[in-house]
This record gives sequence, C-alpha cells and structure tokens, in this order.
Amino acid sequence: MRIGIDVGGTNTDAALMDGMRVVASCKSPTTGDVSSGIVAALKKVLGDSQVEPAQIEAVMIGTTHFTNAVVERRRLLEVAAVRLGLPATRALPPMTDWPDDLADTLGRHRYMVRGGHEFDGREISPLDEAEILRIAGEMKAKGLKSAAITSVFSPVMPGMEERAAEILRNEIPDIALSLSHEIGRVGFLERENASIMNACLAELSKRVIASFRQALRDMNITAPFYISQNDGTLMTPDHVERYPVLTFASGPTNSMRGAALLAGEPDAMVVDIGGTTSDVGMLMQGFPRESAVAVDIGGVRTNFRMPDVLATGLGGGSLVRDDGARIGPDSVGYEITEKALVFGGDTLTTTDIVVAAGLEDIGDRSRVARIPAATIETALTTMHRMIDEAVDRMKTSAEPLPVILVGGGSILISRDLPSASKVIRPENAAVANAIGAAIAQVGGEVDRIFSLEGTSREVVLEGAKREASANAVAAGAAEGTVNIMDIEEVPLAYLPGSATRIRVKAVGDLVIG
Amino acid sequence: MIEAVTLADLDDLAVGAAILGTGGGGDPYIGKLVARAAIAEHGPVQLVPLDQANDDWQVLSCGAMGAPTILIEKLPQGEEMDQAVAAWERCTGRAVDALIPFEAGGVNSTAPLALAARRKLPVLDADGMGRAFPRLEMETFNAYGVPACPVAVADEKGNVSIVETGDAAQAEWIARGLTIRMGGQSYIANYGMDGRTAKRVSVPGTVSLAIEIGRVVSGAKRRRERPVEALVSYFATTHYEAAALIGSGKVTDIARREVNGWSVGTVRIETFDKEDADIEVTIQNENLSATQGGRVLAVVPDLISILDRDTGAAISTERLRYGQRVDLLAVRVPEIMRTPEALALFGPKAFGLDHPYVPLGMAKDD
Repeated sequence: MRIGIDVGGTNTDAALMDGMRVVASCKSPTTGDVSSGIVAALKKVLGDSQVEPAQIEAVMIGTTHFTNAVVERRRLLEVAAVRLGLPATRALPPMTDWPDDLADTLGRHRYMVRGGHEFDGREISPLDEAEILRIAGEMKAKGLKSAAITSVFSPVMPGMEERAAEILRNEIPDIALSLSHEIGRVGFLERENASIMNACLAELSKRVIASFRQALRDMNITAPFYISQNDGTLMTPDHVERYPVLTFASGPTNSMRGAALLAGEPDAMVVDIGGTTSDVGMLMQGFPRESAVAVDIGGVRTNFRMPDVLATGLGGGSLVRDDGARIGPDSVGYEITEKALVFGGDTLTTTDIVVAAGLEDIGDRSRVARIPAATIETALTTMHRMIDEAVDRMKTSAEPLPVILVGGGSILISRDLPSASKVIRPENAAVANAIGAAIAQVGGEVDRIFSLEGTSREVVLEGAKREASANAVAAGAAEGTVNIMDIEEVPLAYLPGSATRIRVKAVGDLVIG
Repeated sequence: MIEAVTLADLDDLAVGAAILGTGGGGDPYIGKLVARAAIAEHGPVQLVPLDQANDDWQVLSCGAMGAPTILIEKLPQGEEMDQAVAAWERCTGRAVDALIPFEAGGVNSTAPLALAARRKLPVLDADGMGRAFPRLEMETFNAYGVPACPVAVADEKGNVSIVETGDAAQAEWIARGLTIRMGGQSYIANYGMDGRTAKRVSVPGTVSLAIEIGRVVSGAKRRRERPVEALVSYFATTHYEAAALIGSGKVTDIARREVNGWSVGTVRIETFDKEDADIEVTIQNENLSATQGGRVLAVVPDLISILDRDTGAAISTERLRYGQRVDLLAVRVPEIMRTPEALALFGPKAFGLDHPYVPLGMAKDD
C-alpha cells in the first residue's frame, strides 16, 4: 500500500491507496512545522483503515511549500548568481526583469564570468577559473551559502558548470550549488531564473525534507518516500533537497492526475469548479496536456512545464444577471456564506439557482422560493453552456471525451454536456491532489540540440529515446514499464547542417519494494 | 503620433512586433529587455516620421541575423550593433545621422533602439519589410534599388566583417555563412542611404504601428473584448487598410522539417465551426499562406498571424503546439509592398508557392 500526501498552504491531505483503490483519506490543517500536520493526517488515515505502518510500501508527497516561499518572499537565502558566458550575455545581467523586492531579498549578488559554449559545442571563451576563485573569496567574505551557476548552452555542454562548481566547493565545502543544466532546458534567462530561485530555497528545502522524514519516523513508517515534480513524476528526497524548484506547479498536475485515476479515465477532460472560476484541462494518457507559453512564478519568468488550463468565469459564487442569461465572471467568492440568498444575503448566485431548482439542499431554501421558474431554467442552461463551451475549446478533437467534475462547485452541473461522452463525478474528489501524488510515476528526459549531419533523423531519435528511457530507469522506474510520453522536434531555422532541438520524455512506474 | 519610444512603450512594441512577425522574426522579449536597459540609462529614443526625415541625413538600417533558438540561449553582449554600425562608418567614411530597422516584425523591431539611445540617434518610423521576412534581400530597400552593401556583420566577441557583393542575395548568402561561424547569431548594418531615398523605399509608420497594435491588444483585454476583433477594426484605420479574421480553431497538426536551414512545414487548424473545412497554414520560418478546402484565404506578402485566442498574443512558429486555440488574423500590406518589384522579391513565387498574389479583400468574388 502507498500513501499520497498533499501539503498545501492551508490543508494537508492524505490518501491511503491499495494499488489504484482509495482505502482512506482525510484533510487536516497544515502546521507551521509541516511535520505535525503530516503526522495528524497520517494518524487519521492509518487509524480509519486499521493499516499498520509496516504495510506502507511507499509515501509520495506533493507540496506547494517551495512555490509559496518564493511567492511570499519568505525564508529565502541570499544567492550568488554566477553566470558563465562573457562576452556574450553581458547586456542582460542575472535577475533582469525580476520584481525588485525578490531581487532585493536575494541580495543582488551577480557575477558574470568568461565562459560558455556555442550551439555546436565550441567555447565562447575558456572558463575564467581565476575569476571563479575570486568570487569564492567574495562569497566567503559576504557569508553567502548558496550559488546558482548558469553557463550558455549548458544543456548541451554541462562541463563548465561542473568545473565552476568544483572550484567553489573546494573553497567553500558546505556551499549549496544549483547547476542550471540539472534544472532547465535551452532558453537561457528562464533556466537561469529557475536556478537562482532553486538556490534561494537551499536551506528551506533541507528543513522541509527533514520535517517530512521526521513525520514518517514519528509514525514508524520506514518505507521510502518521494516528492512529486511539476510534470507529474517523482523525485527522491535527496534530489528535492538539491532541486526544490522542480516541485513548482506540481499542485495542478497532481490534482488532474488524481481526478483521472478516481474516474478511471486516462483520456478525459477535467473540470475543477471552484467558487469563482472553472478550470478546464485535458488529460492525455493520464497526464495533463502542457502549456506552451512562458509561466510567471512569483513574478519571475520560467519555462516550467505546466498543465494547460483554461479558466472560465463560472463558480459556485458567480453572480446571476439578466434573468439567468448572464453569469459571472464576478463572484462573491469566499463571502458566499454571507452574500448568497440561501445564506441570508441579497445576491443571486449560481448556488441559489441549483437550490431553487431543487437539485441541492444548501442553506435556507425558502429564501429562493420566489425566483421565477424561467430564470432558473435560463440560468441552468447558461451554466451548462459555459462549461460545455470551455470543454469544447480545450479538446483537441471533435470526438466526445469523458468529462470529470471535481471541486466544490461541481454541484452546478447536473445535466449531460454535448461535448462529453459522459459526465463523471468521482468520490474522494476533494483529495484528488493527494491521490495524484500517490500515483505519480518516474520520468527521464533528454533535451538537446542534435546535429543530423552524417546520420539520419531516425537514428538520432532512436538514440534520444533510448537515453530518455535509461534516464527514467536510473531515476527508479521499472524497466518494462517505461514509455515514451512526448517527442518534440524543433529544427533550428537559418542554420544549415541540420541542427535540430529534440526533447524526449519517458515515464515508467516506480519500482516498489 | 508617437514621437519617442519610451520605457512605457516597450511592452506594447514587443506585442505588436510579434504580430507583425507573422510567426517568425524571433521572440521580441530579449530585444525588449536590451532596449529597456539602454533607454532606462540614456533616455527615450526619438522617433521621426518618415516624411519628416531630413533629405541629407545618412540613414543606415540594422538588425540581427541568426536563429531565434540561438538568441534565447546566447544572450547578446549588448554593443554588437554599435560595432556593426561603427564598422560600416569606418568602411564608408560616412557618419550615420539616423537608424532604421530593416525588419518591423519580431526581435528586429527593437534592434536599433539600444544603440540609438546610447548615441542619441533618431530612429525613422519605418522599416524595409513591413513585417518579418527570412532573408536580407527581401527588403523594399532592395526592391527599389538601394544596394545592400557594404554589409557590416559583428558578433559578441568584437569580430567584425565587411561584405561587398554584387547583389543583395549574394550578400545574404555570405553574411549567413559568417553568422554561423559567429555562433549562429550576428548583428548587421546594411542598406546605407540618404534621407531622400529612405522616404522613397521604406514602409512608413511601422514602428509606431507595432506600438499601437500592442496598445489595441492590451486595451481589448482590459475591456474583456476579443483582441482579434479590436485588431481588425484598428488595421482598417491604418495604411495597412484591410484586415480580417480568416478563421478560428484548434491547432490539430504541426508538420515541420528543416530544409537548407529553413524551418518548413504546415499547420492544420480545425475550425470551431465544424461545418467548415480545416485551415492549412504553410510555414517557411514565417506563415506564408492560409488555405481552406483549396481556397486561398491569404498569401504572402500579406500578413498571416496566428494569435492565442484568449490573450491576442502572436504564437511564433517554434512555439506552435498541438491543441492550441487560435485566431487567424490576415492583414493586407501597403501598396509599396505590392508592386511587381516588391512581389518579385517576396511574393508567393519567391517562396516557391503556386498561388498568385491576390491582396486580401481584393479578390473578384469578395
């Protein structure tokens, strides 16, 4: 059996899973020390199910802790941002286009050094090792404990980042080092941004991982534990200690994957209806389709892969106007328990409509008794049309797909949707995040620029697929279960010599036991 | 009228330049950051309407050459353009009075700004492409007889070359080769001319056009209107005269391959109106044609931009993905880009397309 835990800003959820079946689940408040909240959640699911700690084979944790720390500018280390690439890149120093408060928090320790590579592997300049030594001295004098190292084209040629890391570690043995080629792909600023954010989390990640460990020890759970990353795959605690930034945005991914499992549908649309908006995403082979645009986290541009989600202005608190013909996008939000008619307020909301229609029994029904039947019917039609349109827009083919409804606002949808082959409302949808963490898989990736000169595209692609699969197995995937999830080829325009950027992602089931 | 490019204009300029980029021209983000740093330090850049350029000014066009994928990884040193322009001045013995971008679409819209800010040079509100094109001979400057050479090519290491060739296509070929030796990205100054000539051979108003496009998009988003509809109305008030939403749908297939250093392929867009046939967009770095059931909806040199349906942002060729929800915006180019001389350089035939050029909204059955 395995346990999935979602440590959010407000709640810590846990789900005990036997294979793909949910045995027990619970929600409990997140605590300042993290671990006592996890312990409380674990006690509850183990107590409810009468399962012994020794029966637990693996624990998977999803957390927004690190994202929140950056967004809130709290508990962050000052960072030496070391860039290898001069004379290139000088025009845009590290932390360009960052919010001032975050750059200030991190201390603006920016170093640009000669080094870096061209796309074809030649050096832009030899690495200026003397300058790295000087930076080490300055870091010691300033008391800096963490550094991010980013070299031009390091996803293709990681050697200079590794050499610079070696020099810094020689001088400052306990330094935390974030190497960009371990974190991001081609796209310098976004990769450097992610590496600097990673570096500022170096101390927090040690603390949080230690508190995860402590919580499991307190519960006598000796099984290995893993942490989910933004693409829905797992990392070991040691890896997260060094690369906490890779957990960014794992929340929406876990939630969608959890919904897929609960509904038993790997290819489906997921509609998460909250108080203000409905978020619609698409699952392909159990994984969310990813967004192609750059993503801001805490005001910083990154190229993390995030689920492509369309938010539409319909939720349980959305305002109903024009006799039901117009709904939202404004909502009473968390004030619904004061403002909605059924709660004694004076605002007609979507929740009032479903109560008036006799579909739900929430609050005081008598307060919505006088809403005209025509208004109720029009509003219900409008709500279903809004969801149907959003689902249809997110779909990649005209074929109807199953629609999985989750979230507190899912009571709004009671009828069939033309775009859906069926509408599914799974049980346990409230802990979909924790369930998504519990079923996370192990991934491996390749993202480099390949030259096709003197070889063929097929040969190069085969090699890339083999390498990605081997990376997945090295990360803990069971050999027979590894599949290629995604292949992306982008020929480099204007460069003869058939240079092509190829990204291959492979995933497999975690080896348990 | 926009008389200066200020810090506040750069976000709008980037949005507009991406739309004028018609899928190519490179992501303007990096160029925007470089320009922002220079303008923050040296102040706004004076923008001179083309018809107000002094006839005797020495005008020089400039921009970047290379692969967009290289630019997002090997960031500029910052003074490459200064080096290229200085080399051109040394070579010709003439001092530059004003700069003009050779390409209004994509990253090159911002190319002259940093140097102009530093040297306090005015920038002409015009360019040589009226959009983005993949090669430096595809310029109105070339169409109307301005020699491309000497072409000065510079890189971030301070390497500079001067290219002297018989024609612009040869200059492109040689400069492209140098660019690869320079690591896939170079910065070039070319098409030197006087102000009188610039007035005759340039596409006017394209820098301020890009800024205005950005303003239209952000205004529409603020008012929760669809950006593409606001853009269609806006273009009708400009010298581009006509624009149309030629389709909306989901990207269902992208077939791309590399041919002689060009990114060539087709994008299939399934229209939301399921009754209609799919729209097919042909790509050669930029979007070249849009057809539906054999009917040509728009063709180069008219602009075909694939816009994100929600944000109105242009989606560049390299960022196109399966499943994106898009609006297809087509815009007719101004007269100066539709003459036989211009079409010989960048009409459908120049890209190997069989379709005749029919300007948007000018077909007999329209």
